[in-house]
Parts: sequence; C-alpha cells; structure tokens
Amino acid sequence: MAGPLLTVTGLGKRFGGFVALDGIDLAVAAGERVGLIGPNGSGKSTLVNCICGALVNDSGTVHFDGKPVDGLLTHERTRRGMARSFQLPRPFATLMVAENLRVPLLYTVNARPGSALSPAQLDARCGELLQLVSLADKAAKLPSDLTQVEMRKLELARALAAEPKLLIADEAMAGLSQSEVDDIVALLIRLNERGVTIVLIEHIMRAVMNFSQRLVVLVSGRKIADGAPETVMRDPEVERAYLGQ
Amino acid sequence: MSTRTFLLIAIAVAAAVFLAARLVNNDYVFFAGYTVLQFIVLATAWNILGGYTGYVNFGSAAFFALGAYVTVFFYKFHPLPIPVLMMIAGLTAGLVGLGMGYLTLRLRGTFFAIATLALAVVLQTLVVNWDYVGGSRGAYIVRPSDVPVIGPYIHYLFLLMLALVVIALGAARSIERSQLGYGFAAIRDDELAAEASGVPTLRLKLVATTLSGALMGMAGAPFPYYIGYLQPSSAFGLEYAVNAIAMPMIGGTASWVGPLIGAILLGSLQQVATVTISSAVNVLIVGLLLIGFVIIAPNGIVGLVERWRRGRDR
Amino acid sequence: MSFDLLVNALIAGILLGGFYAAVTIGVSISFGILDIVNIAHPAFIILGSYIAYFVNTRLGIDPIVASIVMMPAFYALGAGIYQVYYQSFEKHGRESLRGLSFFFGLLFVTEVMLVLVFGVDYRYVEARYIGPSWRLGVMDFPLRMLVPCLVALAMFAALQIFLSRTFTGRAIAAVAQDQLALRLMGASPARIKRIAFGISIATASIAGALLIVIQPVEPSVGREYIGRVFAICVLGGLGSLPGMVIGAMLLGILESFTATFYGPSWAPAVSFGVLLVTLALRPSGLLGR
Repeated sequence: MAGPLLTVTGLGKRFGGFVALDGIDLAVAAGERVGLIGPNGSGKSTLVNCICGALVNDSGTVHFDGKPVDGLLTHERTRRGMARSFQLPRPFATLMVAENLRVPLLYTVNARPGSALSPAQLDARCGELLQLVSLADKAAKLPSDLTQVEMRKLELARALAAEPKLLIADEAMAGLSQSEVDDIVALLIRLNERGVTIVLIEHIMRAVMNFSQRLVVLVSGRKIADGAPETVMRDPEVERAYLGQ
Repeated sequence: MSTRTFLLIAIAVAAAVFLAARLVNNDYVFFAGYTVLQFIVLATAWNILGGYTGYVNFGSAAFFALGAYVTVFFYKFHPLPIPVLMMIAGLTAGLVGLGMGYLTLRLRGTFFAIATLALAVVLQTLVVNWDYVGGSRGAYIVRPSDVPVIGPYIHYLFLLMLALVVIALGAARSIERSQLGYGFAAIRDDELAAEASGVPTLRLKLVATTLSGALMGMAGAPFPYYIGYLQPSSAFGLEYAVNAIAMPMIGGTASWVGPLIGAILLGSLQQVATVTISSAVNVLIVGLLLIGFVIIAPNGIVGLVERWRRGRDR
Repeated sequence: MSFDLLVNALIAGILLGGFYAAVTIGVSISFGILDIVNIAHPAFIILGSYIAYFVNTRLGIDPIVASIVMMPAFYALGAGIYQVYYQSFEKHGRESLRGLSFFFGLLFVTEVMLVLVFGVDYRYVEARYIGPSWRLGVMDFPLRMLVPCLVALAMFAALQIFLSRTFTGRAIAAVAQDQLALRLMGASPARIKRIAFGISIATASIAGALLIVIQPVEPSVGREYIGRVFAICVLGGLGSLPGMVIGAMLLGILESFTATFYGPSWAPAVSFGVLLVTLALRPSGLLGR
C-alpha cells in the first residue's frame, strides 16, 4: 500500500510578528474524507494556501503523491492533482459560467500528458460538470447573474473541472439551506466514492459530522485534535475552543 | 469565421482602402492616414496586454521609440529595407518586453505599470546620451521620393502600415478565440483563481508583454522614414503613451474591435484638431475623453453598443 | 576628484533628498497607506508651483507662505478626487485598470491645462532666500535648497505626530491593515481614506512651492518626478514614512553625485533605474511592511 496522498510536516507561517501556523503535521490517505474545523482566525485558510502554494510557508514541507511540492507554483500543483475552492467565490467575471469551467479543463486536464480533450469532449465535460451542480440552465450566464449559492456551486464545479486527486473545499457551503447542504455533502461523498480524496473545511457541524471519516481541529495555528469525529468532538480541549465561540 | 477567412477579408478591405486613397489623389490623405493606421497597431498591441490580460503599460512610447531607433541605427550603420527593419525592431522590442516583464511581472499589476513608465524614461535618457543615433540633436533620415511600382514614397509607407494593421488585428483576434485568450481573460479576472485552475500566469503574462512590445516596435520602425527628422522628444512623445491607453479604453478593451474603433475615431479627431486648434488642446481632449469614458462607460464604445443591444432584446 | 567637490556634492544631495521627501510624502500616503496609485500627484505639485508663482508675482507674498494658505483648497481637491475614484472604481473593485487610467488621464489633463493657461516658458519665484548661500568652511549650503529641506523635515515631523498621536491619524495608519477593525471602532473606512487622500494632495501644495524655489518650473517638469516619487516610495518601503525619508536622502545623494561627476543629462535615468532595480531585487524596500 502506498503512503499517504498528502503529507504536511512541521508547517509554519508567520505574518510579521503574528504566527499564523505553528508546526502543523497532517497526513491524508488516498480516498479519505477529512474534515478540518476550527474557530475563525485559527489558520485554516492559511493552511490551505500553503498546501496549494498560494502562500509560501516559512518552515516545514508538503509532500503530495509521494513527491515534495515545496517551491512549486500553484498551477503546477493543480496539474499534479491538487484542487481547491475558495472561501469567497472568485469566479472569472467576464467569462460565461460554462467558460469558467473551460479554463481548468484547458489548462489542467489538457496539460497533463496523455489526457488531451477534443473540443467536443471539452464542451461535453463542461455540460456534465454543470449538471452535477445543477447549474446546467445557467451555462450562458455571467457569474454576476448568479445568486450567492449558485456562485458557490460554480466555485466547486471549477475545482472539480481540474479532475483532482485531492480536493480541498474551503467553506463551500456557507449560506446554503439545509437541503442544499445535504445535496453538496451527498455530491462530495459520491465524488469520494469515485476516488477523489477530499478535505472539507467547514463551520456547518451537521455537514462535517455527516461527511468526515476523520476530523482535524485547528486552534490559533496549532492542531489540537486529529481522529474519529465522535472522539474528537468529546475532547475537552476542543469543547473549550468552541464554547468560547 | 476562421482566422484564415478573417485575414482574407482584412486584406481585401486593406486593398480597398489603399485604392480608395489613391483615387482621392491627395497625399495629405496618406500622411494623415498613416498616423491613424499607426495608432490602430499601437492600440491593438496595448490591448493585448492591457485589455486582455489586465496589465497596464504606461510606457508604450518606449517600445515604439525602440523600433524607431533601430531604424535610425541601421540607417547610419548599414541601411536595410523597411520590412526587414520592422522584423528586427519587433524582435528587439519583444526581447526588451520579455526582459522587463521578467523583472516586474512577479509583482502586482500596479508595480508593473509604474515600471513601464520607468522603462520609458530610462530608454529615453539612454537615447538622448547616445550620439551615434543623434542624441538630443536628433537624426536626419533621407528618404527616396519614389518607389518602383507603387509610386510616391508615402504610398509605400502607408501600404506597409496597412499590412501591419492586418497582422495586428489578425493576431489579436486569433488570440481572443484561442486557449491563450481564455488564459489571458482568467488572469485579468482573477489571477489567483487562474493559478489555482492551472493557468501558468507568469508565462502567459510574459507572452503578452513580449507580443505587445514586439508589435509596438514594429509600428515604430518606419516612423523615421515617415517623419524625416527624428528627435527623442518626438519618438518618446506624450501622445503615444496617452493614445495607446485612451484608444482601447474608449473603444472597448474586451475585443479586437474596440482598439480599432478607438484608434479610427480618436486618431481622426486628433488629425482635425491639430490642424484647426493646437496640439496641446488635442492632448487635453484625449485626456478628458479618457477620464470621462473610464468613469461613465468603462467598457468603452463597444460596451455601450452591447448594452444598447441587450436592452433592446428584452 | 577634489575634496571640495565631493563634500558639496554630498551636501547638495542631502538637501535635495530632504526636498524629495517633501515631494514624496503625498504619495507615501496615497500609495503606501491607501494603496492608490496616484501617478497624477506630480501634476498637482506643479499646480502648486504655478499657484505659488502666481501669488508671488502678483501679490509679492512668499511662495511657501502662500502654499500653506492654499492647503485647504488642495485638501478639498483631494477629497473630491477620492470621492470620484471611490464611487467609480473602488466600490466595484475595478481599481486596477480603470483607476490607473483615471489618474493617468488626470496627469495629462492637469499638465495640458497648465500649458494652456501659463504657456511652456519656465517660471520662477523671487524670495529673500533664493540666491544667498550659507558658508561653513569648504561647505556650501545654498539657502534656496536649505530652506525647502528644513520645511520638508518639518512637514515630515508634523505628519508623523499626526499619524501616531491623533485618532484620525491612527485610523489612517490602521485603514491600510484592518478595515473591519476600523468599522468596529465606529469610523467609516471610506471617510478616513478620503481624509487621508485630501491630506496627500494638500502636501502637494507645499511641495510645489518648494519646487519652484529650488528650480524654475514648466508644466512637463512633473513627469520627471513620477519616477523619483515612486522610486523613493518603493526604495524606502511602502507604508513606512521613516523609510521614505531614508530613500529620499539616498536618491538625492545618488542623483547629486551622478550630476556632478557624469553630467546632468543622466539624472532622470538614476531615479527610474533605482526603481527598476529595487523592484527587481527587493520589492519590499528597505523598511517596508
């Protein structure tokens, strides 16, 4: 059996005098569903940014798929199979919804050796992805015509378009209704069954508990818990961190 | 419409324009028209980096002047036919664009914009201090009065610039519709998200900078032959920086059509204004139009037309 | 290389650097703190120069005094420009391309209007400290450079005190870093930024008077200063006022030496060259955030 898909060792990041991340260790096995929770400002997004290369970590290493990725630019990591959705949706505002999905298809999927899609296949793939997140009827609209909820779905679809081995979903469900949250969780579980490893960063506890096989808790830049969801939630230190909310 | 069809149509239109100008039989049309054509190329070139990719170049004059001084250098060293000079100028300006981009594109867009301004001034200072190409005194270019087959020399220059316009518009249009165009648009809309989607942003930005610079250099190469006497102040002139930005911003930055419309409208307006009023008022009008459009109609004339069309369809 | 020449080039450089600090203070605020690329700032400085010239030649008032009196008008101009900028661009997040073009347009419109009103001849002012020098051994302190340098340092001190001791000043320093905290404190970020931008343009009034004391002015002189101003900001480090002063001194000395030993026609390349090199090697500057 191969090693973990993602290994983060001793990751540290400071902004001036402020320590955002303090020696984070994290291992995610292929096929796992990991939930990452923590109060606001605990460093979750900073961790995602360091893993994906949007920020350069000050210390520690990140290994993906058996190889180190430190020093690689974000687009190279995406091509290797890491994808992320942004906490605040960042659509390509002047491109249509379907065209938003074309970008990762052209630049990630087509860039990988041996997987070039023909134009017809590209269009078909865009259509499938839009169906997956129920945005098929909005294909020709601009992101500015979408509701907040639909923008979050587009954000997720765009990350999925890159055909990742690992998907990091950064608060993809904020503002969704209960049934919409359940839909997205079901979608993510289906994806996971198809082989995509998923790290879910969320505040909505229902979603996190239903989704995660393993739960990691971050507080003030440090990992304070890492294990089965029920056990972690009963950990007194975790309770203290959340009672303060 | 495929690129090949577009190019054929463009060549046909260009030929028609040339023949129509010949029919008028007044050389002023050629002199004024050359300036407008030159602006079409500059505006289109600027837009590849500014409109498509979102990185503002304040120093367009630098690349244009670079092309002009390549010509002056070879005129003194060993004269070459203008089409060859245009290619050398394009190569030189492209390399300078690449180098400058490599130094500054890893920073934010605003730093890049300021760096382009810096480049223009540094280049101008270098040229002013380089006596071989005339320094601040300027350089005289003696041009033949006639050219075989075509006739008057200005007709030849006009034809060359027409050819460059076809090339520039063709290049801009084919980029828009290609994978490269999507990459540029993604960078313009959200560079961080573009990177996360697999777009190699630095590489694409370097492509844009190089291409944009090269086209501007090519536009500058015939200029010394057009003007006869080249001074740094005219090659690095104010009008080039302002117009290269104003024309696409007023015409519309989203596609190749905007810079074309902006250059034709503003270029013609300025030809009229310089003759009837003064050239200072000329720049004032362009500046005011730029400010006005940027505030009121950020998507330019093309944007206004689109809005009107969409409103009508409701 | 004579010792005299060296020492006086150094002194001239320091005095020049002090003046450059005055010119750059406004951009330190608008670009360093507010993140607004106001490349039209040098044009407003030239505007200040011409107003000082006008008042000086018509009413005989000292140019620097006149410029201080004119500060409220410049403040209002700055506040007005920020309102337009905010409404048209910042609110919608379209600052980069459109904002830059806006200020670029302002730069040219201001310059050309000055050309139309005053023409392209060089203008200069008369004041008692233009002409005489203060001699100390081999050292020569031309008063027309010394006075602006002292005024510049006074401006810098006043601004530092304002930014660190008053509520508005600290809010301005804070708005760069944490808009949410500012809102929680009851201050509106847009209003604070408007005040800051107004102050930024107000400094241009004084800087303009200092400029025309040091050298004769004509409308396109502003363009040389674009490079200087941003070179100093970047060299000193964005957001650091003391860094800016150090950067200004360094640039002043560098330009003074270049002009003395290589000739003045190379001077423009110095500032822009410094800018390019700093951006390439150390974009955060000497003391930057």
